[in-house]
Amino acid sequence: MSVLGAADAPGAAPTNGFWRRTWAMLIKEFIQLRRDRVSFAMIIMIPLMQLVLFGYAINTQPRDLPTAVLLHERSDVGRAILAALANTRYFRITHEVRTEAEFDRLMASGQVLFGIEVPAGFERALRRGDRPALLIAGDATDPVAAGSALGALAQVAQTALAYERGIPEFSSPPFEIRAHARYNPAASTQLNIVPGLVGTILTMTMLIFTALSVTREIERGTMESLLSMPITPIEIMLGKIVPYIIVGFLQASLIIGAGVWLFGIPVLGSLALLAGLSTLFITTNLSIGYTFSTLAQNQLQAVQMAMMFFLPNILLSGFMFPFAGMPGWAQWIGEALPLTHYLRIVRAILLKGATFVDLHYDAAILLGLMLVAMTIAVTRFRRTLD
Amino acid sequence: MSAPDIAIDVRGLTKSFGGRVVVRDLSMQVRRGTIYGFLGPNGSGKTTTIRMLCGLLTPDKGEGTCLGYDIRTQAREIKRHVGYMTQRFSLYQDLSVRENLEFVARLYGMPDPPAAARAMIARLGLEGRERQLAGELSGGWKQRLALGACTLPNPQLLLLDEPTAGVDPKARREFWNEIHALAAEGLTVLVSTHYMDEAERCHEIAYIAYGELLAHGTVEGVIERSKLVTYTVTGDDLQRLAAELEHRPGVDMVAPFGGSLHVSGRDPQALEAAIAPYRDRPGLNWTRSGPSLEDVFIELMTRARDNF
Ligand SMILES: Nc1ncnc2c1ncn2[C@@H]1O[C@H](COP(=O)(O)OP(=O)(O)O)[C@@H](O)[C@H]1O
Ligand SMILES: [Mg+2]
Repeated sequence: MSVLGAADAPGAAPTNGFWRRTWAMLIKEFIQLRRDRVSFAMIIMIPLMQLVLFGYAINTQPRDLPTAVLLHERSDVGRAILAALANTRYFRITHEVRTEAEFDRLMASGQVLFGIEVPAGFERALRRGDRPALLIAGDATDPVAAGSALGALAQVAQTALAYERGIPEFSSPPFEIRAHARYNPAASTQLNIVPGLVGTILTMTMLIFTALSVTREIERGTMESLLSMPITPIEIMLGKIVPYIIVGFLQASLIIGAGVWLFGIPVLGSLALLAGLSTLFITTNLSIGYTFSTLAQNQLQAVQMAMMFFLPNILLSGFMFPFAGMPGWAQWIGEALPLTHYLRIVRAILLKGATFVDLHYDAAILLGLMLVAMTIAVTRFRRTLD
Repeated sequence: MSAPDIAIDVRGLTKSFGGRVVVRDLSMQVRRGTIYGFLGPNGSGKTTTIRMLCGLLTPDKGEGTCLGYDIRTQAREIKRHVGYMTQRFSLYQDLSVRENLEFVARLYGMPDPPAAARAMIARLGLEGRERQLAGELSGGWKQRLALGACTLPNPQLLLLDEPTAGVDPKARREFWNEIHALAAEGLTVLVSTHYMDEAERCHEIAYIAYGELLAHGTVEGVIERSKLVTYTVTGDDLQRLAAELEHRPGVDMVAPFGGSLHVSGRDPQALEAAIAPYRDRPGLNWTRSGPSLEDVFIELMTRARDNF
């Protein structure tokens, strides 16, 4: 008597049963996959996202970098130079300022990345052939963005004045460009990357910590007990978020400390402000992770959601690629991501010595994102097992 | 409002999952201070009913009160005064015995959680194990700890969902002694089980199968109302006899019990007529007896399935 099928009987080729079982398994996996919406979305979304983000957002040269001008004289030559600068598409003149202090403020808060100053008597000196200096200051906290724009300036000088009458023929530029890289004169990428790493690492770890918290309770069966006790969704949420604020704070201190000791990152601004805004950023990410946890059916889904959120955070926040160089739509997405704002905050405080007044916009966005996430989490939390 | 001596008073509870009715039109009343046994086979809807009682599931239809609080609208009050012990162990496996108890004590806002936990550990006889992780306890100890956790905040009503499933007989007996001790202190206990012998330890019972409450009352009352007459047959070749009797009119149930066969019917005359041809078969020994609770339940279940 044999319970084995003929294919598995001794002597028969085993291939028959092997393929049959494999096929059965394959069908089953497909069915399960089709039912698992999140995994399915991941399979499609991740390559698409990478293609779109790397292909468009990332390979683009920095363009339309916001620029302020400070004109000490109004002259045709000055205007021609500014027009030529704008024509390179590297610079977009967004502000015309009257004082240097005004310009400094715009730059500290990150509203402009460049400032161009046309000194008094520029045109006259030019016509005399005195090679006057055009002053350009660039925000070099992100050396990639600043570098290519500054490099483009040399050509500008060649072409800008070609059609201006009364300027002597020249083989070398008739004026001098005095470029000044602010905040990061050595164009050290570490100065840019280390503060960025603080935000990236925090985003990753904070998201994962809380993304697992609710689904884990459900999977281990402890949620049933918890729900039968008199505790509200908000209490559960806060109870799960707060411990990790401390964890995140320690993590942030560790990375910033290492950055200062190992890479010589300057701390120009207030450490208390940095601590306060870092705590806000940490809490925002924990809230978002927790929201995923209340939406997901199981731990795997929760992790997948966290990853889906993490990816644009790295790619579109200005961590990997200069924010100002990204196309408009990518910047719009970037504006909605916490890391974008935190990167501005960390770089501004550490490298530019920015104060809260400079950063209140970014802080407000972080706070808003946090409240939105918490509201979704609390309203979506399932109070019953229905 | 229900009378103050009623702990649970629900009418017409109905619950479906994905279009399948799991509990149908269930009504029950439990008096305060009683141990109420909730019996039924696996999958009959016991857990679902208990979850509706403590606000963890919203009934599709029906209403009622638990400790005088509306089960639909006052879940929060119910949770304060009801201790629910889930069927699956649902304390934190990665917390120690003491940490679990302190968590519960804190969550209910007890004044001195460490002291409350210590007192409970002593009551449970868990001294020396209080630092052990809950996940590392044996099955019997886990059940005791779970019972301790749900009695810790001094509830008025305990809902115990199959607390003795998979526990060895000695631990089971101790567990029941503890339940009786709690009831003596004035607690109302609703305890579900699929062990028939545990019905004898309850003041009152209800029997549920296929989502329907089929009988309730005291054990004696349930047996009496069944109007069942049972013959116990011993002898040779009972299997063949069972097969022959099963479909004869007048025989409502044939069930093997160890080395004997129970043959039951609701109509005594029809039953007598049905078994008459077999009474004199050599090697068989027939005795008429009252039905056991199990006979009654099996008969109820068979009938319910036929109507299902
Ligand atoms: N959340 C749920 N979703 C779908 N079906 C469920 C759910 N909970 C219980 N059931 C089904 O309802 C029936 C009754 O379950 P349950 O109340 O757990 O029975 P018991 O506790 O008596 O064993 C079972 O068939 C079970 O599969
Ligand atoms: Mg059950």
